[in-house]
Formats: sequence, structure tokens, C-alpha cells
Amino acid sequence: MSTPYTRYATGAPVADTKAPDGPVEQRWTRRRFEAKLVNPANRRRHTVIVVGTGLAGGSAGATLAEAGYHVVQFCYQDSPRRAHSVAAQGGINAAKNYRNDGDSVYRLFYDTVKGGDFRSRESNVHRLAEISTAIIDQCVAQGVPFAREYGGLLDTRSFGGVQVSRTFYARGQTGQQLLLGAYQALSRQIAAGTVEMHPRTEMLDLLVVDGRARGIVARDLLTGRIDTYVADAVVLATGGYGNVFHLSTNAKNSNATAIWRAHRRGAYFANPCFTQIHPTCIPRSGDHQSKLTLMSESLRNDGRIWVPKVPGDARAPQDIPEDERDYYLERLYPSFGNLVPRDIASRAAKNVCDEGRGVGPGGQGVYLDFADALARLGRAAVEEKYGNLFEMYARITAEDPWSRPMRIYPAIHYTMGGLWVDYDLMTTVPGLFAVGEANFSDHGANRLGASALMQGLADGYFVLPATLGDYLARHPHDDREDIGEHHPAVHEATRAVTDRLDALLSANGDRTPESFHRELGALLWDHCGMSRTEEGLRKALERIPELRAEFWQRVRVPGSGQALNQSLEKANRIADHLELAELMCLDALHRTESCGGHFREESRTPDGEAARKDEEFGYVAAWEFTGAGRSPVLHPEPLHFAYVHPTQRSYT
Amino acid sequence: MNLTLRIWRQPGAEAPGKMVTYKVEDISPDMSFLEMLDTLNETLTERGEEPVAFDHDCREGICGACGMVIDGRAHGPERTTTCQLHMRHFADGDTVDIEPWRAAAFPVVRDLVVDRSAFDRVVGAGGYITAPTGSAPEAHATAVPKPAADAAFAHAECIGCGACVAACPNGSAMLFTSAKVNHLNVLPQGAPERESRVLDMVEQMDVEGFGGCTLAGECATACPKGIPMPSIAAMNREYLRAAAKR
Amino acid sequence: MPGAFPTFVAMATATRTPPSPGGQTTPRTSPRATPPPRPRRGGLLRTLWGSTLGKKAVMAVSGLVMLAYLVAHMLGNLKVFFGPADMNGYAHWLRTIGEPVLHHEWFLWGVRVVLLAAVVLHGVCAWQLSRRDLAARPVAYRHRRHRASYATRTMRWGGIILALFLVWHLLDLTTGTVNPRGQAEHPYENIVTGFGTWYTNVIYCVAMLAVGLHVQHGFWSAAQTLGVTRPGLARLCKGGATVLAVVLTAGFLSVPLGVMTGLVE
Repeated sequence: MSTPYTRYATGAPVADTKAPDGPVEQRWTRRRFEAKLVNPANRRRHTVIVVGTGLAGGSAGATLAEAGYHVVQFCYQDSPRRAHSVAAQGGINAAKNYRNDGDSVYRLFYDTVKGGDFRSRESNVHRLAEISTAIIDQCVAQGVPFAREYGGLLDTRSFGGVQVSRTFYARGQTGQQLLLGAYQALSRQIAAGTVEMHPRTEMLDLLVVDGRARGIVARDLLTGRIDTYVADAVVLATGGYGNVFHLSTNAKNSNATAIWRAHRRGAYFANPCFTQIHPTCIPRSGDHQSKLTLMSESLRNDGRIWVPKVPGDARAPQDIPEDERDYYLERLYPSFGNLVPRDIASRAAKNVCDEGRGVGPGGQGVYLDFADALARLGRAAVEEKYGNLFEMYARITAEDPWSRPMRIYPAIHYTMGGLWVDYDLMTTVPGLFAVGEANFSDHGANRLGASALMQGLADGYFVLPATLGDYLARHPHDDREDIGEHHPAVHEATRAVTDRLDALLSANGDRTPESFHRELGALLWDHCGMSRTEEGLRKALERIPELRAEFWQRVRVPGSGQALNQSLEKANRIADHLELAELMCLDALHRTESCGGHFREESRTPDGEAARKDEEFGYVAAWEFTGAGRSPVLHPEPLHFAYVHPTQRSYT
Repeated sequence: MNLTLRIWRQPGAEAPGKMVTYKVEDISPDMSFLEMLDTLNETLTERGEEPVAFDHDCREGICGACGMVIDGRAHGPERTTTCQLHMRHFADGDTVDIEPWRAAAFPVVRDLVVDRSAFDRVVGAGGYITAPTGSAPEAHATAVPKPAADAAFAHAECIGCGACVAACPNGSAMLFTSAKVNHLNVLPQGAPERESRVLDMVEQMDVEGFGGCTLAGECATACPKGIPMPSIAAMNREYLRAAAKR
Repeated sequence: MPGAFPTFVAMATATRTPPSPGGQTTPRTSPRATPPPRPRRGGLLRTLWGSTLGKKAVMAVSGLVMLAYLVAHMLGNLKVFFGPADMNGYAHWLRTIGEPVLHHEWFLWGVRVVLLAAVVLHGVCAWQLSRRDLAARPVAYRHRRHRASYATRTMRWGGIILALFLVWHLLDLTTGTVNPRGQAEHPYENIVTGFGTWYTNVIYCVAMLAVGLHVQHGFWSAAQTLGVTRPGLARLCKGGATVLAVVLTAGFLSVPLGVMTGLVE
């Protein structure tokens, strides 16, 4: 378990056998037509497990239950309404073209493929763009209170640097409102008895029988009871793995255990190094920091970003004269200025801080200055647009953003990587599906703003319910009773889970789980964060196995496994982070190009920007697990672009 | 700064609990209240004692998971969630009492963790619009007047944290229930189920063992999202209207 | 500690076969079993009587009936300042309302029946709702803090005080049982004699202050319960509650004060 691996074997390419061909705009229709259907009368006899209740899981559970399947659903939170989709602020994209500004399904498709830096599948992205409009219809019918114009019609705004206004929003709480819509639909099914809901229950392993996913092993977090749940198919909607970094904008308990356990059971993990960093977060205030808070990137529409010209300038911002300030984004990217994409803005902030010009505690911050906007628009107008963000900043930092510039710093926000899935959203384990952020998704190497909500709901409401039926129709569903308590697979899976929890409880060392998480997070942030080098990644790959070994020897988890034990939950999640982190670094090391959220210092254009290598790396990297601490096998999935031809991004 | 904490410790749902005193030192005023508890838990873990259990997740005031009664006030002295309460609102040397939400409908699970599943069942009783996936008409088919849309949003902001129940002297869930009833009942999309929604949700609220409303106003004062008191009167009106129509 | 975890194959839950190994099943503390599908309700009255909101509405309506009566009662009391003839004449007139269509005192008895029903409904609902409210917060907070206004907090005790006073008041001035004079045809003299004793004055004054507090929160509360939402009307009701409370208390207290100061004799 402790030899570092920096080499890997390359296996056979992984093929997406479900992807239909033909014109891109007909593929989804064709796939739906070709998919086998389950007779409505038979659906009740199929049991489907859904893990997670965020936008993807909540919408999938509700829709599958409406369709007649028997759904057994899980979340670790005390209520399905608390999944972290709730925290998304900005909005949701849809190609409605209500503004008559030239938007179309094709334009959304084009923008998403290009924004993803040409590392996503054209078929999937086109399907996403097609479905986007139906999502808005569905959510409005559910009572989601989107912002409206005085005429009573839906309002939209432009977001994330695109030139059309296609983002629907509900003030700064779009994620919350969409999630509540899905939660309410799910609650209706729970009350009707078609969804069996298990809150405060965490999936700890996947049950694979005869090569098919047949259930999960889960722990009741209140009683510690370990149960095996058997089903005909398993859907993972457990979100991303940003918390590997310890400090992120994810919820504190968001974790990678479900997808990592599935990976260990045979599901390939795709593009783990594609992580997104959001440029406008509130900087950390000290070592006690437990998580980072994001502020909408709309702030960059009117705020100007700067740092002092001279390193180590300790003066208060208002005492630094105009000619001693460096508005570095405006200087480096004169045409886009402060509105450059997320990855570029984030890296630029890191660079100036690395030069010692960062501001605030620890020099980890840059100024976001509204003085010009206030002079130009007046306080009332600024308050109208950004009042709630200013208030949030003031509450957290106790600084007055009206009289002095805000401090911002980038933070881990979203993970484009995830379980590899085919066009039907099925992983390489038959019967195991992954939806939402948990799969490697339609965002390629970089996600556009307001697209995460769109993808989660597209997967859950529309894609999965159509494709899952095909799988269920092709497999028998009357053999669940054969998988009993004494079935070797059940025995092995529960045994593995209990042994692991026992090991954590009995290590009885001298370090808290949290201290390992902090150390791992700092290591990843330094070497696998905003910019990556071969040297740094090798260093991390050396250190992670050591840290993992130390973890199992020195971790201390008080209490027992037979009651609510939050330390045990946390330690168990960190144990998986310690394995996943290694794969992330290996993936980052192997991909010697820069693309999207993955920036390799070695791969730049002459003017210092990210340089993609399409010939060499125009593929999805799907990794196969071969054993703990052993090098994984890479299965590339080549990407073909017939509609949107790869070009180098330029923002100068 | 240094603080003395008196925290309700209860090992399990059936076990008796008591207030236990802890000292925490070197607390930064920039810490959130939960980060302050994190430091206590780190110390307890290092000593081999069981950390204080409390619910928390997003830590940015939107998921509604966190919540504790701090010095007799739900979510503490500021009108926000516990995760967004910062230690700068306390003074060096303060003694702070920390208790779980108290209500018959929210039994204590452990320490500061309570079971709020009653809220989920209230929503399940009618807090939705029946719109099976795929059946929705075009989004612009029905215009919603802006005032109705804004009113719906104002009520939809509820995060389901339970502070209203914790603050109410009667452990009543009227503010929570009324927020959802009003969110959906003011929208044209919610009109077909307008009567059954309010009748069923109120009935479920009673079944769960929440108390009644005596207009004490504590709920609206404690609500971190500012759901206003008139929300309750509006639900009463909906209820009487629905009862009269059946 | 190997084997520390009870493990189960819970096909029971996922596939609905009988539960796994007997004896070991730990009961789940949460979530509680989903309640059975709700029975369809009966008509309006059963719906109202069966729910907390309905009972609150019953309290609101019965309270408003009593409040209307109190206003009339208070105005009638002021007759005392115009001397025995006015007062006693007024008392006699009350018994003749509706004549000759109605028999003597029929109207008065009608009012009494309505009032009795209001008192009983108000009291029963208050009793049932209070028990429910107390049960909903079975464990008190250790950190005590005053919640809500004085009027709000004293609704229950105020109600009990008023109920006791009502008994005394009927025995004093309706039946005359505890009145030192107690002559049915001479209310003016009964009043003057009654307020000549210190204990009657104390009981009466305390009760009237309780009426004021009860009306102040009660009227506003009734308006909310009956669904007053328009901001203007809600403000009017809130202000109206205070005005009503002050006017009623002052009006009722003026009688014993009049007797005590010798203005009425």
C-alpha cells in the first residue's frame, strides 16, 4: 500500500458502445427509440437504488418512481433537502432564446464543447443542450420561483462570459430553489410509498454479483447498523470529490466514498485531474478555516481586480496610490480584462500571490475594488445588483466592502472528472449508473458557469429515466432473493466494510482525522491545484502513500461504531480521499498538456497561456483500479469532433 | 479569546443527558461558531474523549443542517444560521450555553443532533405541485405576475433548519408550514391543489406533535431567512378558505 | 474490536423479503414509521374541530363574541354615573327587549345562552390547545430567557383568572349570592354596596387589568387566526387591540373608582 506509483500501464481503449451515430441533433431521439422499454405493469417489480438526493439524485428518484419503478434512496444528510446542490448561487442555462438574441440549442452545444476545452463528447453535450429547455418547463411547473419580468415572463441574465442571455435564476439561490423542486417531487413519492427513503444512511460499498451491480452496503449513521440492500440497478448521484482538497466550497460532509468504492469494484474513473477552481471566493482567515465560501462571479462584471505593484506592500489599500497598483488582469488581457474565464483569473491571482504581492492574512488574496463602480453607478445601483454579496462578505470578514476593497482568492469549486459513463450514463460495471457531478460529465476539462445545475437535472429528469429502462429490460429482475445473507459477494462486501471500520476504531493513535485531511489538502493544493508541474506532482505522489500509511497507524477515532459517530464517518471518508488523491496526481502527471482546469506549467504557449496537445491527449483518460497501492491501468477513450473543431482559446 | 462552554451532552436518544462544562482557549474572533466547536472537538479527540455531535454541512447558511440554541436563542445572538455566526459577537471570558433544538416533534438523537424528519413528512403531505416529469407545458404558457413571483420566492427561501420550532414556546411548526403553503399557493401552478395542500399539511403538522400558534412571534425573530409573521396569518386564511370549500 | 458491527442483509427493505436473522434487529430510532394514508375528512365543523388551526378559529370567533358583549356591557355600566333611576331603568329595559314578540327576558336568556356557549367553547379549546402546546415542548431550555410580550405570556393565567372572576361576578351581581345587598331589582344599589367592600374592589380591579391584557393579545391574535393579511388592516387590528384593551379596562374600572371616590353613591 505504500510504494509510490508514477508509472501506469495503458490498456485497451474504452468504447462507448451505446453512442448512436448519424447527425448529432438526431442521436438522442434515435437512442430513445432504440432503447428497449419496460412494460409499465412490470416496472413495480424492478428495484432501483439511488444514492444521493441532490439535483441529479433527487430528480432521478422522483422521476423513476413516477414511472413506476420501486426506488430505494439514500442520503447521508438528515433530510434529502440538504444535498449540496442547495448552495449553487448563479443560475441554470437553457437554450430557450426568450431574448431573441441569437441563442439556440446549437449555440449552447457549441459554447459548452468549446468552454470544456474540447475534452467532452459532442453527442452528450448536444443532448444536454437539447434537454435544457425542457428542464425550465419542468421546474416552472413544479413551482420553482424563477426571477420574472414585470410582464410576468421569465427573466434571464448572461453569465460566465457567453454572449447570449440564457441563464435563468432565482436571485442568488437558484440551486436551492431547483433542489427544493426536486425534493418536493421526491417527497410526494416518499409519501406515496413508491420511494423508500433512507436518510442518515451512507453507502460504504458496492455489491457486485456476477459482474453486475446488484446493490450497496450502507451504514445507518444513527445506529451504526450495516445493511446490504439488493436491487436490479444502482444509481450513484453522490456529487464531486472537491473535498479531497480539504478547503473547498463543497459542503463539509461531501465526499468521494461512493464513487471511490465503485471504482474499486470495477468502475473506471475518468479525468480525475480535471478540477475547477473558482476565482471569487472569500480568502481564508486563519488555520481554523473549515471551508471556503464562494461569491458569485458576477462581481467581476463591475469590480476591478488589483494588487500592489511592489511585493510586501503592507499599506492599507486606500493608502496605495493609483500608480502603485497593478490591475493585472486588465494589463495582461486587455480585451477581456476582469472578465477572463475562471481558470485564467484564478491562475493569475495565484501568480501575483506567488510573487509576494498578495494581500490580507498570509498574502493569500487580491483586491476586488468597487470604488470605480461606486463612483460611476452610485451606491444605490451597486446595492441593487450586489447588495446581498456585500452583506455576506461583511458578515464573514467583518470588513466594510463599501469603504475598502474586498479581498478574494480562488478555491476548489467543482470536479469535472468522475466515474466514466457511456452515453446511457452507465459505468463500466453493468447496472451501475452515475449521474450529475459524480460522473465525468459533459463539461470536458472546464465547466461553464450555470451549467452544473443544467447537467444534474438533465441526467436525473430526462436522460437516466430513458436509458435505465433499456438496461432493466435486458436483464432478469426476479433473482433478488437469491442474493441472501450467505451469498459470498454479500459476505465479502459487508466483511470488507466492517473490517475497515474496525481498523479505524482500533488504530487508537495520536492524530485526529481532521489533521490528516488538512495535510492532504495542503499537499494537493500546492501540487495538484491551480497549476501543476512534473516535479510537484512527483513529490505529491511520493508523499501521499506515506501519509496514507501514517493515517492507518496513527489515526484516532474515539467512540464506538454502534452509535452516531461523526469522527468515524469523517475518518472513513478521509481514508478514501487518501487513495483518490493519488489517482488525481497520477492523472495530472500523465496529462502533460494544459487544458481547461488542468494547467501544466510545462505546456504553455509562447505568451504563457495554456497549450493543449490535441494530437496526444484528445481523449478521456479512464482509469481502471488494479489493487490498493498498485498502478492503475489507463483506458483512453478517443474524442472525435465533427461539428465543433478544436481551436486554441485566446483571451488576450 | 477564551470561553467557557456549557454544552448539552447526551449519548443517545434514550439516554439521559446533562450540561457539561468545557473551556476553549485561543479562539479567533474570525472563527465561525462551528469552527470554534471544531477546535473543541479536536482537543477532545486528542484526549480520546468523544467529540460533541452536531449537524452541519454547507457552512454557508443555505442547507439548514446546523442549528443549536445558544444562550437561549435559536442560532444565537445574530439573525443568521449557526454556521454564519462568528465569534466576534462574543467577548473574552464569556460563558456560553449550547443546547439542542427542544421540541416533542424533534427528539434529540445525540448531543446537539435532533431528528427533524417531521418536516419532511409535512412536506410529503402536500408541500409540492404534482407535475410528473415530462408533463410540463412550455414555461411561458402561464405568465406569473411579478408580485406573486416575488411573494413565492420570499416564502420559498425557508431552509428547513427548524429554528422556528426551537424558538417557539409551543414548539409549533406554523412558520415552516406556512412558508411552504404560501410559496406554492400564490403561484398559478399551485392553484389546483391549493385546498388539499393546506389541509393535508396542517393535518400532518398536528400528527407530528407540533404545538399550536399563540402569536408569540419568536419564530419570525429567530428565522435566519426572515420568513415574516404575516406568513402565518396568510396560511390561516388559506386554511379557513379551504375548510369552508369542502 | 472485531465484530463490533451488527451486520444485516436488509433485502427486507430493498426487495421486501422477510427481515434477516431474528433476535438481532436493532429498532431504528429514526425515521419513525410513515403514518398511514390520511383518512378523508368530514365536513367543515369536523375539519375545524379536528385541527389546531380550526380550534384556534373557534377560539377567535368565540372570543370576538365575548368581546362584543364586553363592549356593550361596559357601555351599559356607564349608566351608573347617571344615577339609580337611569341604571335601574336600563337594567329593566334589558329584560323587555323584543317584547311583545318575545316573552319577558327571552332576549336576555338568548344572549346568555350564546355567551355560555362562547365561554365553554373558548375554554375547552384553550384547555386542549394549551395541553398540546405544553406537550410539544416537554423539556425546557436550561438557559432561561423571557420570550414574547407580557400580554402573550399571560394569556393562559389571564384566562384562568377571568374564568374564576366570571363565577364570582355572576354570584355577586347576577344572582346576588355573595353581594351584601343582593336585590335583583336594584342593580344600582347592589353595585354601590358591592364596591363598598375592599375585597370586591380588589377582585374586580385585578380582573379588569387581566381583561385588558387578554383583549390586547387576544384581539390581535384573533385577527391573525382569521387570516387578516392586508398590511393596512393588520396594523389597524394591532392598534385596535390596544385601543379596545385600554377603553374596556378604563370603562370597567371607572365604576368602582366612581364608588370609591364618592362620585357614585
